[in-house]
Amino acid sequence: MHIPDGFINIPTSASFGLLAVAGTAVALKKARTELDDRTAPMAGLTAVFIFAVQMLNFPVAAGTSGHLLGGALATVLVGPYAASLAVTVVLGVQALLFADGGLSALGLNIFNLSIIAVLASQFVFVTIKKIMPKTRGSIPVAAAIAALIAVPVSASAFALQYAVGGTGTAPASTVFAAMFSTHVLIGIGEALITMVTVSAIISTRSDLVYGWRQEKPKLAVKTA
Amino acid sequence: MSEVKGSLKKFYAGFFIVAAALAGGVSYYASSHPDGLEKVAEDKGFLDTAKDSAVANSPLADYGVSGVDNERLSVGLSGLVGILVTALVGILLFNLLKKKS
Repeated sequence: MHIPDGFINIPTSASFGLLAVAGTAVALKKARTELDDRTAPMAGLTAVFIFAVQMLNFPVAAGTSGHLLGGALATVLVGPYAASLAVTVVLGVQALLFADGGLSALGLNIFNLSIIAVLASQFVFVTIKKIMPKTRGSIPVAAAIAALIAVPVSASAFALQYAVGGTGTAPASTVFAAMFSTHVLIGIGEALITMVTVSAIISTRSDLVYGWRQEKPKLAVKTA
Repeated sequence: MSEVKGSLKKFYAGFFIVAAALAGGVSYYASSHPDGLEKVAEDKGFLDTAKDSAVANSPLADYGVSGVDNERLSVGLSGLVGILVTALVGILLFNLLKKKS
């Protein structure tokens, strides 16, 4: 869902660029209070993993593919602040080296994928975790539901940007409906990938999963 | 049931190797259909408003390595370069941010 240059006019792109800068500044400030010797490498590796999995487009409907966005996965693995930064690193590398996502659109993409997706994921994940049993097995399920919802929410954020400054002639409501319905399907793929990845990590090193560590603050920490 | 199995370094190495295998190998088998946004843009008639990125001539543009004709090699190499650069930037950034111990 990387927006190329041209879809959204420059004033709108610049405005969302400012929002992206503000959001990233908050994430930088807050991540500083959370990251330590064990979680800093985990945040870097989460970015690496998201870059890799974003290359794996899967078919969703006739002639359409989707790929992981990674906001929910990152939020559960490293917490919302480091997650937002990890996704931003990925978007920056993609836009600058791979011409994936426009340069003037980078702020739009950071807003949708690093900020909105992470906020939505964090909200859904925390809410679902509250109503599920306080067991380790609940974490991948809550992560999957967060992923399922975060993807169409991010797609809706694009529809909002299109409504404000889209250069196309199609009505914003039509674009919203199409973006939402397509990304509900992509969200199912996102949920599956997120669930499998969180399950695999939580069963080997549950101490490295932020979303579970928060539940067990007194968990003994064993370093390498 | 233990909460922690295996050393931290082994875990990090394993995580990286999985990412390298996905970016460097599995990526060749990814669907080449347009993604959700691109498809919507095509169906709703605004795909042609897209402009080429200023870095469209990057040797890695569109996940290939220019000059490498073998498609499998080209995609795989671009994926490996991508995860190495992401790792470099990510590790540098998060190390700068972490609490000093």
